[in-house]
Amino acid sequence: MISLTLLMALPIVGSLVLAAIPKANEKLVKQTALLTTLIVMGATIAMAVGFERDNIELQYTEKYSWIPSFGINYALGIDGLALILILMATILAPVVVLAGWNESHGGRWSVKTFYVLILVLETMMIGVFAATDVFLFYVIFEAMLIPVYFLIGGYGSGERSAAAVKFLIYSLFGGLLMLASIIALYVMSGAQGGHTFDLAALSQLEMSSTTQNLLFLGFFIAFAIKAPLWPLHTWLPDAADSATPGTSVLLLGVLDKVGTFGMIRYCLTLFPDASKTFTPLILVLAVISIIYGAILAIGQRDLKRLIAFTSISHFGFITMGIFAMTSQGYSGAALYMFNHGFSTAALFLVGGWMISRRGSSTIADFGGLQRVTPIMAWTFFIAGMSSLALPGLSSFVSEFLVLVGTFTRYPVHAVIATFGIVLAALYILIPVQKALHGPTTPGNESLSDLNLREKIAIAPVIAIIVALGFYPSPVLKVINPAATHVIAQLGFSDPVPTNGSK
Amino acid sequence: MVFTPPVLNYTLLSPILILLGGALIGVLVEAFVSKALRPITQLSITIGTLLLSLVQVWKIRNEQSLTAAAGSVVIDGPAVLLQASILIIAIISVFVIADTDHFTALAASLPGSDEERHAVQTGNQVTEVYPLTLFAIAGMMLFPISSDLITLFVALEMLSLPLYLMAGLSRRRRLASQEAALKYFLLGAFSSAFFLFGMAYLYGYSASVTFAGIRESVVGGSGNDVLLLIGMGFISIGLLFKVGAVPFHAWSPDVYQGAPTPVTGFMAAATKVAAFGAMLRIYYTVFANAQWSWTPLLSVIAIITMLFGSLVAIAQRDVKRMLAYSSIAHAGFLLVGVIALNKAGLDASIFYLFAYGVATVGAFAIVTLVRDAGGEVTDLNRWKGLGKRSPWIASTFAGFLLAFAGIPLTSGFIGKFSIFSAAYESGAKGVVIAGVLSSAIAAFFYIRVIVLMFFTDPVQDGTSVELPSVLTRLTIIFSIVVTIALGVYPAPLLDFITHLATFIR
Repeated sequence: MISLTLLMALPIVGSLVLAAIPKANEKLVKQTALLTTLIVMGATIAMAVGFERDNIELQYTEKYSWIPSFGINYALGIDGLALILILMATILAPVVVLAGWNESHGGRWSVKTFYVLILVLETMMIGVFAATDVFLFYVIFEAMLIPVYFLIGGYGSGERSAAAVKFLIYSLFGGLLMLASIIALYVMSGAQGGHTFDLAALSQLEMSSTTQNLLFLGFFIAFAIKAPLWPLHTWLPDAADSATPGTSVLLLGVLDKVGTFGMIRYCLTLFPDASKTFTPLILVLAVISIIYGAILAIGQRDLKRLIAFTSISHFGFITMGIFAMTSQGYSGAALYMFNHGFSTAALFLVGGWMISRRGSSTIADFGGLQRVTPIMAWTFFIAGMSSLALPGLSSFVSEFLVLVGTFTRYPVHAVIATFGIVLAALYILIPVQKALHGPTTPGNESLSDLNLREKIAIAPVIAIIVALGFYPSPVLKVINPAATHVIAQLGFSDPVPTNGSK
Repeated sequence: MVFTPPVLNYTLLSPILILLGGALIGVLVEAFVSKALRPITQLSITIGTLLLSLVQVWKIRNEQSLTAAAGSVVIDGPAVLLQASILIIAIISVFVIADTDHFTALAASLPGSDEERHAVQTGNQVTEVYPLTLFAIAGMMLFPISSDLITLFVALEMLSLPLYLMAGLSRRRRLASQEAALKYFLLGAFSSAFFLFGMAYLYGYSASVTFAGIRESVVGGSGNDVLLLIGMGFISIGLLFKVGAVPFHAWSPDVYQGAPTPVTGFMAAATKVAAFGAMLRIYYTVFANAQWSWTPLLSVIAIITMLFGSLVAIAQRDVKRMLAYSSIAHAGFLLVGVIALNKAGLDASIFYLFAYGVATVGAFAIVTLVRDAGGEVTDLNRWKGLGKRSPWIASTFAGFLLAFAGIPLTSGFIGKFSIFSAAYESGAKGVVIAGVLSSAIAAFFYIRVIVLMFFTDPVQDGTSVELPSVLTRLTIIFSIVVTIALGVYPAPLLDFITHLATFIR
């Protein structure tokens, strides 16, 4: 019988096996890591197949007493949203391992340590989405900073240790604010029928609107740093710039989703009234993120920083979709989280290959790749098109849903955000035109195209991007019941379209 | 006048009596056993005594008595828990102290004198540190179980005097060590004076020196409140000095730095347990009903202590000084537990004291290992790249730092969480917010050390990591295992504490 605990245990087992392998045998280390992540992916897919998508209750629930004197349980369970995010994380893990086969060589420590960290991180990525006990969530939320910190600081490039510290300090600060809120929730639960950290029980707490607003902010700021939302985003470009492409994929693709996931799972569920109070402010921040991220992306000369800023823009869309409080917006945001994981992965991985071949990350250095390395250039092109939400590719569906969902309630925001799409075309097409299609930059003549391993690694990502562009309903069907349920619980109904002639 | 001999319950007092007996034997050993056999004899006697005492504490764990020594001491759950914590911390500290390389061969000789050189050359290593440690531990064990002011004062002196001496025993940089000892002694003497002064006022207030008597007056509210306030204030100064709370902290960075590192670890960990144990008992039982008089002031001190310790630690360039300021910040966190003044606060404080104490001894044990030809290297700049040279030691040290920072899955997180939630429950929200903020600040300098160790390239200046002796290794392994175990699965210990920790009056 497959369970979430088993799913979380598998990567840990893999990392223990890795620990037993001699450091020198790098090939075996990598193969074992790849095998482990593939097994985890298989197990997750099996779990997804067994998931009852029309059932809005949490599924695969588990609950064991952990620290009874504080009412803390080891409690897991997933709804549709958590399922697709875990699915995304576990699909991306083997892709990252395979794609970044050689990226751990320039590190401060051994290749083995790199993969041990990756596997430990995978366990935590599953756990953070599956936790239904707020304390457990917090523990994993904070603990997962440590492997990422070492991945950035130990295996990155450039100012890697500064970037790692910046990342850690930002995240810790947000986490501590959240801790204060969690303590308050815990104390209030004690006053209202017994100490607990159970998410469902905590959402029933009675509290004054001031308290609710303050506690909401504690959670929201932590998540907005993670997500990252303007103006709390400044750690991200540095981290993405320094981290290896694989780490960046996990960081932006999966870890940052914890922020937007947390907004839905914790902010909306625990503090529905405060969420409504802060919606106008958050929507403005989201729109600023969309436009600001896009404009800064246009101005970047560095490929990695460009991708980081596009992500800030995309996270603006996701946040906007969440706080639009409509079921389309919510579904769109959820789907966006899933799609963004893959389109960013494609951008970072292909970008990473380009950079390691060329030995430079300046966009202008990549001139003429279209002729020299056509496959690499085309994959980058597709990834870019997905990032700018070209119809027919997966991001289009989600961006469209977010905009439609927002427009029905907040037309002005939606209209401004639409400019983000125009800007997206610029920030993707300019580098594509300059780099891939332009004249061959001297030094690029003899670059090699993607090898078989790289093709195998990127193929599933591209396949998912294309497939979900044409046929997104498998994922949407998992998300939609939960979306309607959440919006209804918040006391919203979707606005009815009005007839223009009346 | 008829003299009534006091009735003593020897079973309940045995943990302390055993220690005193062991200490006296240690003094005799120092005098009569040949110098070749001395270190091993002393070590075995000390460890044996501590273990025996721990067994006795375990045996009396469910006892409760107000009359164990004619009303001067009280045995109850918190007493047993605190005594056990002190003993466990003492045992692992003694393992580190056993490395005699840290101690001067002849403490009585002048630094740099022929006498000293002669002692070093002939290998005439004195080992008085063992009986001193035992005397100090006996004082620490008595401190949190005292139930009248006289006993409390005697215990305070009993734990302090040996520590003053021990701080001056360093083998290297002896002048700094002696200066530290003198500074500790002088300031300690001042604080003892304050303490005595406060005692006098409390006696004037309640016409009693027993906790029960003072408590009665506080509850009755019949006495002169001015006397109570002055008495409380001065007693608090004495106690706050011992725990190193701001503004009574000035001694601690210098003493931490100057004292031999194994002693620093022992002092930082065990003194805190004893002093906070006594503090908890006094504030939770004697002064509980006057809480509106002292909680505001103590809250301010707690906030200042947390913020000051965390902020100043950032600027430190020496690992021992950094740990000293970190320990000041932790004193602030522990004060939050005192302010909470509820059952959860008591449980949390005891857990925190144990968890912090164990991690502290472990961290200082690692500091003793990083050396060059001239002894320990405490300059943080020379810790660069330690992760490359000795990954295990560096990782373990990082583990302790993460525990100090309160990162989840370490004991420090559970401790902080339980203390903060207890304080929040009692309504001290401002203190909790200040605590969370200073945790964020504190995280910064702990992480800086991790960056130094792991993300900076090593400097080639002869700094190396000594292979730990078997005993030191035991201490480090025990400390890190406890630190992680209490972070991952603290339930058994928390339940044990919750079950036992109730003050009797």
